[in-house]
Amino acid sequence: MNAPARSGGAPGAALLEVTGLRKYFPIRRGFFGKPAAWVRAVDGVSIQVRAGETLALVGESGSGKTTTGRCILRLLEPTSGSVRFDGVDLLALPPRAMRRMRRNIQVVFQDPYASLNPRLKIGTIVREPLEIHKVGANRRERDEMVAALLRRVGLDPAMMRRYPHEFSGGQRQRIGVARALALRPRLIVADEPVSALDVSVQAQVINLLIDLQEEYGLAYLFIAHDLAVVERIADRVAVMYLGRIVEVGSREEILKNPLHPYTRALLQAVPIPDPARTRARTVLRGDLPSPADPPPGCRFNTRCPEVIEVCRVDDPPLVEVSPGHWVACHLVPGTGSGRSGV
Amino acid sequence: MTRILEVANLATHFETPEGLVRAVDRVSFHVDEGETLGLVGESGCGKSITALSLLRLVPPPGRIVAGMIRYRETDLTALPEKEMRRYRGRHLALVFQEPTTALNPVFTVGYQIAEGLIVHKMMRRREALREAVRLMERVRIPDAARRAREYPHQMSGGMRQRVMIAMALACRPSVLIADEPTTALDVTIQAEILDLLRRLKDEYRLALILITHNLGIIAETADRIAVMYAGRIVEQAGTADLFRTPRHPYTEGLLKSVPRLGGPTAPAGGRKPRLPAIEGGVPDLAALPAGCAFHPRCPDVMDDCRSVEPLPLPLAGGADRNVACFKHHDVHGRPR
Repeated sequence: MNAPARSGGAPGAALLEVTGLRKYFPIRRGFFGKPAAWVRAVDGVSIQVRAGETLALVGESGSGKTTTGRCILRLLEPTSGSVRFDGVDLLALPPRAMRRMRRNIQVVFQDPYASLNPRLKIGTIVREPLEIHKVGANRRERDEMVAALLRRVGLDPAMMRRYPHEFSGGQRQRIGVARALALRPRLIVADEPVSALDVSVQAQVINLLIDLQEEYGLAYLFIAHDLAVVERIADRVAVMYLGRIVEVGSREEILKNPLHPYTRALLQAVPIPDPARTRARTVLRGDLPSPADPPPGCRFNTRCPEVIEVCRVDDPPLVEVSPGHWVACHLVPGTGSGRSGV
Repeated sequence: MTRILEVANLATHFETPEGLVRAVDRVSFHVDEGETLGLVGESGCGKSITALSLLRLVPPPGRIVAGMIRYRETDLTALPEKEMRRYRGRHLALVFQEPTTALNPVFTVGYQIAEGLIVHKMMRRREALREAVRLMERVRIPDAARRAREYPHQMSGGMRQRVMIAMALACRPSVLIADEPTTALDVTIQAEILDLLRRLKDEYRLALILITHNLGIIAETADRIAVMYAGRIVEQAGTADLFRTPRHPYTEGLLKSVPRLGGPTAPAGGRKPRLPAIEGGVPDLAALPAGCAFHPRCPDVMDDCRSVEPLPLPLAGGADRNVACFKHHDVHGRPR
């Protein structure tokens, strides 16, 4: 088992509890052939999101962060593992019950250009979830709700009758947020919600997400690669590498006291917009290995600047090194393997 | 230091059914040997069209309608197309954002690097291929001799971008224009590529024009910075000066709105601090506001800004610094 059942939180407090999540994609030879191999996109991920908090799921392309988000939403069926929302096992729910459950869990996608149906007016797009879940007595009442939602995300309700192409990227992302908000969910899975936006517009959307969280007590699973954005919005941070969580902890701990060499390299790689601040940087060599053929031992060992012998053989478990701070690395004292105690 | 490239009052316009798009307008800058100029701006600000204009590769209906691009002693805008071809790749080279689309999928990467040498340097094929392997070693592609025989799809994004850089450097150009060279890459790979570009710039004494939207990359890589907004350069300054004392309200807003690691965070149990955002969005180039294009979003807007377009003028007391804003000059160009 790579990860213990509960990493980074007290039991019972979690709104979302993901345990041992796996998603393998088959690589087939020929159209009907048996799978020749498996891409282990998500390979034993356990995370928790508490009510009203933001957990940032951080990683580079190929880390499995987006696949994790999609499995939680059941937009993809996980290979194994469990996803519990408010104590209910989502993977065991029949489709109808799952649809009802979706009121509580909404999603905001990365690309505001691709995620809104270009043939529908904005009003229709935001009203749709209300209609599906039969919220509001009639059309007029729903339209009033839509107007209030648009106003809340900083758009003019008169824009209801316009089409997505008439809006800028930032405005479209606001529309996406309004749609996600319509059913008053308790959790929003936000997959890179600001990374496609212009720099000057990013800040507006980040602020909006923080405002809404305070106002409605929303929890976010915030999937992102930009650590500077994560620092502004996250309460806790989980770092993924090749399908695994390698480190998880509070924002302060992860950003100020990163323990995993990958987390450290990731933080050092972020260019800082301040020429007065020069800093040491360990530049990682080599590319991300293929998730179809992950290296034996620690998955990071092929790029790790601090690799030791045991890393190539043993897969380090995720271990709690201080309250709420979990790391999977042989070099970290107290992990009970490798050079523990050094 | 030798001035390699000087651009003065460059204007590149597009005649479209929606109207005249002034993608690049009255743009002036220069780059010296061994220097990095950062061209920074958001989508649609004209930074990529500026890059294409320098090589005279603007796609139709775009056209350079005014200005001068002086490379050493030659005004490139005045050259016949046939002459211009001798400069592209050989004297001025370009690295794009997306290495996947810029490479030809049916040729080996070694051959693609060698091609420029065969065309521009009249090298024989075998000699050019050997040189290609040497170039791949220079851009730190491990196992270069073997990888030279690979096709682009067999390589990762980071490796493909190295191939692009090797291709660009093959003919030892004096000017390298890198247009968002790391935007498609992961942050750890990005760090490697930027590190490589910095080293190669010194090794080859390149005049490097680095185009990006990322202020962190600019801060760490550029010697001087030109900030573009809506087709104009609104401010130009040395990197340290620009970040320490931004003079244009857009530059100021942009610097404040970007989250940076180590910035303010919430006190335990307290509210998360908000980012100081610039209101509104980037304007449509086909329907620019009158006067200063930034005025509808500007916190310091004055009457003149709504009707008169400010020109980039030297800042009093600031060597090699200019700004296009009525906060610093009046409508007659007199310093305030």
